[in-house]
Amino acid sequence: MTVSIRHDAPSAGSDTGRGRAPDPGRRSSRLWQRVRKGGLPYLFLLPALLLELLIHFIPMIFGILISFKQLTLFFIRNWQGAPWAGWSNYHVAVDFHAAIGSALLHSFWVTCAFTVLAVGLSWLFGTVAAILTQDTFRGRAVLRTIFLTPFALPVYASVIVWAFMFQYNNGLVNQLLHNTLGITSKPSFWLIGHNSFFALVIISIWRNWPFAFLCVMAGLQGIPRDLYEASAIDGAGIWQQIRKITMPSLRAVNQVLVLVLFLWTFNDFTTPFVLFGSSAPSPADVISIHIYQASFITWNFGEGSAMSVLMLLFLLVVTAAYLLVTSRRSSNG
Amino acid sequence: MAKRRGLMAPPPSFLWTRRIVLTLLALFALVPVYVMISSSVKPLQDVTSTFRWIPTPLTLAPYHDIWYTVPLARYFLNSLIVSASAAVLSVAVAVFAAYAVSRYGFRGKRIFTTAVLSTQMFPGILFALPLFLIFVSIGNATGIPLFGSRGGLIITYLTFSLPFAIWMLTSYFESVPKALDEAALVDGCGPVRALFRVVIPAALPGIVAVTIYAFMTAWGEVLFASVMTNNTTRTLAVGLADYSTQNNVYWNQIMAASLVVSVPVVAGFLIMQRYLVAGLTSGAVK
Repeated sequence: MTVSIRHDAPSAGSDTGRGRAPDPGRRSSRLWQRVRKGGLPYLFLLPALLLELLIHFIPMIFGILISFKQLTLFFIRNWQGAPWAGWSNYHVAVDFHAAIGSALLHSFWVTCAFTVLAVGLSWLFGTVAAILTQDTFRGRAVLRTIFLTPFALPVYASVIVWAFMFQYNNGLVNQLLHNTLGITSKPSFWLIGHNSFFALVIISIWRNWPFAFLCVMAGLQGIPRDLYEASAIDGAGIWQQIRKITMPSLRAVNQVLVLVLFLWTFNDFTTPFVLFGSSAPSPADVISIHIYQASFITWNFGEGSAMSVLMLLFLLVVTAAYLLVTSRRSSNG
Repeated sequence: MAKRRGLMAPPPSFLWTRRIVLTLLALFALVPVYVMISSSVKPLQDVTSTFRWIPTPLTLAPYHDIWYTVPLARYFLNSLIVSASAAVLSVAVAVFAAYAVSRYGFRGKRIFTTAVLSTQMFPGILFALPLFLIFVSIGNATGIPLFGSRGGLIITYLTFSLPFAIWMLTSYFESVPKALDEAALVDGCGPVRALFRVVIPAALPGIVAVTIYAFMTAWGEVLFASVMTNNTTRTLAVGLADYSTQNNVYWNQIMAASLVVSVPVVAGFLIMQRYLVAGLTSGAVK
């Protein structure tokens, strides 16, 4: 790469900190210069800022507003005309004795169980795979590519393939478990009933562990080799090195990784939607699909928005608490 | 990259654990891919009866039929236009933002980066409906058809990849020595020219990687694609479901179509994974 040297040297005077040359051809006032200098970074940020406002922040505020409205299909063409509902959408959502509230609570617990299982195992698989491929050996590059493939596939395509594998009559899973291995006494339904929960967990893990693998792999490259060499001279075996050097060094990566996995999994809409359609079986009725159904299928947008706001509040609290606890622990050593 | 961790060869217990665990994980990762490929070359009666591992007889008919059972070519074109536009625009916007974050100190910098990253936390379902209503209102007020058009989807998708793009590009730009663009500034380049002449060329691999990532994000999105498209603008993410809503579930064609729509992104991802790891590494070290 070459940096061409230009000879029209700065013409003295107000050659400010960053060394931008004033344009001698135009008489710009000093105020304008200062605005340009101070305002430049904001100018660079402006497009990003506007887009984030338009697509994320304004709709979010709007969504909070809608949650206080009685917005049903009747008012959808004229949403300004929908009557205010006060807190009633929220009352309905958290009234756990009535039908809507208890369904929401059930969906919340399903989502929590789903998230804990899927995140925990994704993290475990990814970390184990990254640590075991830390040293060079024959076939390592091929393995890495294989491991990353699930993450590269479009989500909907891979969920469709899993849906096929979980079919009752012609799926691979029943063929393997029932016909080949004889583990189950009769073929099982995987996309309805209790098994649907595990189907969802398995697909989520399959999809997300490569990301954990990728992040931990990146984190491992930041560990200085001297640490391992020094500990080897001191007689530490490889298992001890993993426990005493590798795992503690990964703490910073893990802090971000687990949070990102948590948010992705908790918010995941694509996997259940492609797997089950717009209404999931009750044991796998995760919250994103539950709210989608409340909003777009029963056309009660006010209620759906109230539920989404509650979900966002929950995520905010959990994220804040998580960051607080993990940051404090890492600063204590 | 660490070649050998210690000075000693690892013990057999470690080697065996490694062999067994990595084999199992590779199988877990690959079985669905194998099912997709092998089922895509089976005749219909073989995918509707008991699953068999080896496809006999082989047929390539599904790869011909997929284009006629549903208007796959149109969905493909829509996805291509939407994803490519969203990716290029997203990176174009992110380049300037990342340049500002990596090269300037300014008030509100921390708030900006935090706010942008925090959008990753929002459940998509929370702003799907309001965005839908906003797009409809803008359309009614100005006549710009955002709802149901590719334009609306492009804007939406470009903001989805924007936070990650800004974050990654900032870390790529910070790995470009500041002395380089400062030299250009001293030589009389404006900041924009310094960005285009010095910083962007130096960070080009990273920019390509982020573009591919943004493309993949848009290519795989389902929720907004299902809410915001109509018959003519429908993308693959929604269109692929058409194979199974009819009387017959054409599993072999579904598998063939899944493979066809996966090839562009898998190829792109495998090309860029090296740069992605490099970017994540410098991001993680910070």
